[in-house]
Amino acid sequence: MNVDVREGLEKLAVRLAGEGARVVEAQRLTGGASMETWAFAVEAPGGRQDLILRRRTAPFDPESSRSTSLAAEAALIRAVAERGAPAPPLVHLCDAQDGLGEAHVTRRIPGETLGRRINSDPKFDAIRGDLARQCGEVLARIHATPPPQAANLKFADAAVELDRYEEVYRASGAERPVLELAFRHLRQHLPEPRTPVLLHGDFRNGNLIIDPDKGLAAVLDWELSHLGDPAEDMGWICTNSWRFGRPDRPVGGFGEYADLLAGYEAAGGEPVPLERVRFWQALGSLKWGVMCLTMYMSWATGTTASVERPMIGRRVSETEIDLVNILEAGL
Amino acid sequence: MITHPKPEELTEAVGRWIEEIRPQLDPRNQFLARVAANALAAVTRELTLGEEAKAAAVHRLGPILGHGGTYEGLNWELCEKLRAGELDAATPGLLPALRANVLDQLAIDQPNYRHEGSLP
Repeated sequence: MNVDVREGLEKLAVRLAGEGARVVEAQRLTGGASMETWAFAVEAPGGRQDLILRRRTAPFDPESSRSTSLAAEAALIRAVAERGAPAPPLVHLCDAQDGLGEAHVTRRIPGETLGRRINSDPKFDAIRGDLARQCGEVLARIHATPPPQAANLKFADAAVELDRYEEVYRASGAERPVLELAFRHLRQHLPEPRTPVLLHGDFRNGNLIIDPDKGLAAVLDWELSHLGDPAEDMGWICTNSWRFGRPDRPVGGFGEYADLLAGYEAAGGEPVPLERVRFWQALGSLKWGVMCLTMYMSWATGTTASVERPMIGRRVSETEIDLVNILEAGL
Repeated sequence: MITHPKPEELTEAVGRWIEEIRPQLDPRNQFLARVAANALAAVTRELTLGEEAKAAAVHRLGPILGHGGTYEGLNWELCEKLRAGELDAATPGLLPALRANVLDQLAIDQPNYRHEGSLP
């Protein structure tokens, strides 16, 4: 499907803001294998709007994909916003008339998303200490949101995730002792089942917009949302891969476990024991390790050509040392 | 093997050239050029540290598996035994050996990676 995004945005500007509206400063921010993100602004006689377009660039199969459709993501953003969880407000769900394929438009929230800057730039010093607690509060609100019917979310607990990632690992043909140990160890230490809740599914430093005055301003990228264990979202943001050089601050490289858990409880979340978060943190490292292998495989099989893909395969050893650290500390 | 130049000198030279031209590129290619330079740096480290790391891994795995062998053979056998549960986190000496092997690999792949075990 060949789509001229800039041309599509011009048409969309008129649809959103009326005759005379035009697009300024359109630029592609990221282009993944299946999804791309554009920042743009619409200038119209009524004023200026800063917006984000997310659009799918590869065919989507809702049955086999782990991602939700962008229509489902739109439904989720609306649902969690009603519960007071900050997601960028939905402006428009694209349809055939827009000629942009499967896509949606949200407002652009000002702030920083780069994990390393959030963790080290002095302009975040004043609010950095509040972030872990805010993350806990926001997670409690997300987890309390009734799953919207339209989103048709799938269920995945730890056993399902282990099955899924072990299958991918086996298919890769890689022989990594630490991953072997982790698969078996985590299977034998599965947490007691809990009532499944709506999860963000990719709640980590990098998917959060941080405002230097207010702290956590918005949570991005809802496409991996599913139903499962509330500790999954907490463990993922504590996974060392998302601490960006600050392993001494377990929550996202900016905060402490105790603040995350306290914020969660204060906002009405059912208490989650730290060892359950640590279990999911380990599973997070294991998942990211397998994802790094997957990205290497996508290059090795000729699916993608970028030099970035094979090099990501050399990040598996990062997740292996993280797993050894957790296993040695005891799980 | 030829030593004038050594292979790690060639990768180093290409890596330096990429760094030199990087500022002239557009933002996307600047990013990819940095990834390419990082890849060459990893190859350089593997060429200089790889053999020693392999030998050390063989030395560490011998006592755990009860015999010697090639790195590839021992690594495969270790994977099979971990998968079958014949060895696990409680096996004496296993986690320290895995830690040492992974740290050697990390020194090649991502020497600047900071983790819970690198805390003072």
